[in-house]
Amino acid sequence: MTMDRKIVIIGGGIAGMETAACLRDLGWTPVIVEQSSALGGHVAEWNCLFPDLAPAGKLVDSLRAKVEGIEIHLDTVIAAINYLRKGYSLVLSDGTKLQSDAVVFATGFSLFRAEKKEEYGYGIYDHVISNKDLELWFNTGSDERVPDNPKAVGFVHCVGSRDIKAGNTQCSKVCCITAIKQAIEFKEKFPKAEVYCFYMDLRLFGRKYEDFYIHAQKDMGIHFIRGRVSEVSETIDGRVFVKAEDTLSGKPLRVSLDLLVLMAGIVCNRDNDRLAQAVSLPLDEDGFFRSRDNVSQLTLSDKPGVFFAGTCTGPKTIPETLAEARSAALAVNEYLKTLK
Amino acid sequence: MDFGFSLSPSSAVNLDNTDMSLYERLCEREPGAKTCMACGSCSATCTVSAINGMSVRKVILGLQRGQFRDVEKMLSRCMLCGKCTMVCPRGINTRHLILELCRLYGSKEGEL
Ligand SMILES: Cc1cc2nc3c(=O)[nH]c(=O)nc-3n(C[C@H](O)[C@H](O)[C@H](O)COP(=O)(O)OP(=O)(O)OC[C@H]3O[C@@H](n4cnc5c(N)ncnc54)[C@H](O)[C@@H]3O)c2cc1C
Ligand code: SF4
Ligand code: SF4
Ligand code: SF4
Repeated sequence: MTMDRKIVIIGGGIAGMETAACLRDLGWTPVIVEQSSALGGHVAEWNCLFPDLAPAGKLVDSLRAKVEGIEIHLDTVIAAINYLRKGYSLVLSDGTKLQSDAVVFATGFSLFRAEKKEEYGYGIYDHVISNKDLELWFNTGSDERVPDNPKAVGFVHCVGSRDIKAGNTQCSKVCCITAIKQAIEFKEKFPKAEVYCFYMDLRLFGRKYEDFYIHAQKDMGIHFIRGRVSEVSETIDGRVFVKAEDTLSGKPLRVSLDLLVLMAGIVCNRDNDRLAQAVSLPLDEDGFFRSRDNVSQLTLSDKPGVFFAGTCTGPKTIPETLAEARSAALAVNEYLKTLK
Repeated sequence: MDFGFSLSPSSAVNLDNTDMSLYERLCEREPGAKTCMACGSCSATCTVSAINGMSVRKVILGLQRGQFRDVEKMLSRCMLCGKCTMVCPRGINTRHLILELCRLYGSKEGEL
């Protein structure tokens, strides 16, 4: 057994970084290939994290510190990948040639493009933004679409999730709790604003999430409306006019808002087709990578030497992603030990 | 016995003797009915709901609860414009659902 075996990790989000750090701790030589100009993935764009409102930046910084000294290729993608008898041979877009014994996909997810749900007016109306835009606004305080003194704001759950017309019937899992988090943060900034969450089902599955919900109801006075927003239009004075059914009273509901936030869902990475083809791996119907087994072998693919970590196999929270990244590192470790 | 308030047991849902036969027959003709998640998009977007209370969601629920009369009343208010079909996130052909249901009500087979 030689310990200088190399593992190429595709994607330098939190899953890729955690996997790399663990593999180095186990004595192997990980290499990270990240397409953007910085490590961190989506989490680097978030402001505070549910359920404790811990700063996202701190987590990303600590992971960046953990991978210091590891070979990292930024602004780089895989140009070619071939399976040879001795492992994988890769060519990177920066011209580097790599010989690796295992490959870990940590390519994450894509955020649903909110403009695809035209009836919600993203990119058309002046005061419709996405969950991601709101995180950026929490970070920078600058977004012309967010008014100075909002009196009423709405959060629309399940945008591009659980929606056959948007091409995604799955639940994105994290957006109910994200909506509650963002509603609370918004209300803290604008205590006088009325805040409405339009939901079909509230899926608050994690520990402390229900407490967060109770806090939103009891201490923050956030209104929960059980009905999916069906249409949005703009009033003459530029406000956002929302139509839904208040299904609990069985009546049509109308409300004018100063800001509408769309909870865009987690969909498969738009690159997956190309990536999967390159190593002849099957994708699941929803476009995410297919694990060997959805209960006990999430990090294993059907190919020897190819592993998965994080949201490339489906929506996950950060703790789930990190736990899975460590689990992927252990699976790689076991695999490498079997190589002669 | 005087409770100080009156009981109206007839307004309760009793699943032990709810007649689901019409719902089941509808599902044979429009299986999409089974996938309704009661989101209310159809009612919210319906051209006439705000005026006369038409709601595909309530139609499906009413059938599941055996409330044939209420459902029948509601059906007569639909204009078959199909707007509800455009917004249903479960992709149910709600317009077809209504048409099939009208046929069931109209037919002898419906026996209502
Ligand atoms: C609005 C929102 C808020 C959220 N807030 C929270 C929260 O508060 N708490 C919480 O626990 N979870 C939260 N989540 C979930 C969290 O974002 C994910 O768990 C996390 O981002 C998953 O990390 P990842 O590394 O798997 O994927 P990603 O973050 O998507 O990272 C993937 C990385 O791979 C790179 N990449 C992709 N394709 C390629 C390629 N072909 N070649 C090279 N590199 C590639 C990307 O550039 C990226 O850096 C939130 C999610 C959303 C949508
Ligand atoms: S987590 Fe909530 S908002 Fe997100 S898709 Fe699931 S039900 Fe909808
Ligand atoms: S088809 Fe009937 S129920 Fe559907 S939107 Fe038109 S009037 Fe309303
Ligand atoms: S829009 Fe579709 S899923 Fe929603 S309540 Fe109406 S029929 Fe049911």
